[in-house]
Amino acid sequence: MNRFLWPLIGFAVLVALLAVGLNLNPRDVPSPLVGKPAPLFSLSRLDAPDQNFSPQDMLGKVWLLNVWSTWCVSCRHEHPVLVDMAKDKMVTLVGLNYKEVRGDGGLDADKLDAAAERKLALERGNAWLKQHGNPYSLSVLDLDGRVCIDYGVYGVPETYLIDKAGIIRMKHTGPISRDDFSGKILPLLAELSK
Amino acid sequence: MRIWLTLVLLALSAVSLQAREAAPLAPDEATEKRLVAISSELRCLVCQNESLSGSHAELANDLRREIRTLIQQGKSDAEIMDFMVSRYGDFVRYRPPLKGTTLLLWFGPGLLLVGGLGALLIYLRRRSKAIDDSPLSTAEQQQAERLLNVEEPQK
Repeated sequence: MNRFLWPLIGFAVLVALLAVGLNLNPRDVPSPLVGKPAPLFSLSRLDAPDQNFSPQDMLGKVWLLNVWSTWCVSCRHEHPVLVDMAKDKMVTLVGLNYKEVRGDGGLDADKLDAAAERKLALERGNAWLKQHGNPYSLSVLDLDGRVCIDYGVYGVPETYLIDKAGIIRMKHTGPISRDDFSGKILPLLAELSK
Repeated sequence: MRIWLTLVLLALSAVSLQAREAAPLAPDEATEKRLVAISSELRCLVCQNESLSGSHAELANDLRREIRTLIQQGKSDAEIMDFMVSRYGDFVRYRPPLKGTTLLLWFGPGLLLVGGLGALLIYLRRRSKAIDDSPLSTAEQQQAERLLNVEEPQK
């Protein structure tokens, strides 16, 4: 055998490993919450601020919890997909608005008191949904991001699929593409809705 | 002219240095020390290659605040680690635990080293055997001598 063949094979293997490694998404960190009950919370609704929503209200339904914000650029890319999903009534979507005011780097949230922050978040969130379309059955406000820490959110948008028993069955990090929806989410949704 | 330029630049750099505010500290030093110790062991999920203690990402700020609260509640280091791992997974730890899925991560480099040393050893043994096992035959010896003698007069 040619003595140059082995180094060549070694090199080819290294190139193959690098090619695979570099094409993996480093943001796709497996969530330890998959298979566990969705963390409980009670947050006020964007459409009706005097009412609260809790994941327990959704027991018996398969639903998606989508983390979004008006300052999040990727959410803007994702939004049309969500609107189409909602239009076809294929899925119940609940929006979890992440740090609407504090998360926006362009705003100085420290200068606002709690009431002013809340008012601003409501205005901004509702105006945005009016302008871009509202795919959510309802959205809730996580002003300080405390609930999102319980869900292990580290980037917006993120989406959780929760089953009838309130167990998280899937987590999607980053914007949902149409392919993600038809290939990954829809089949699981159909299976769990049986 | 050059002096003025230097002075202006110095003044500007002083301004930018002042603009960096220190992260808010907890009132007591012990809490802050523990916070630094714990958060140095944790990965910032936004920047991924930075530790939670060194990161300026907003999520890192929130998580440090969360850890500070847990310390003040009297939670142990292990409990705080569990809090983080149960939300963000083993990926947040810079020192991943030893378990089925991390066996290759822990022992892979050692296996490669042992494998490499083994291959080297086998190669060296084979080579030394190949050299030992072929002494020159009488005919070859004579031929070698002849060649050497022929070349000598040319020197």
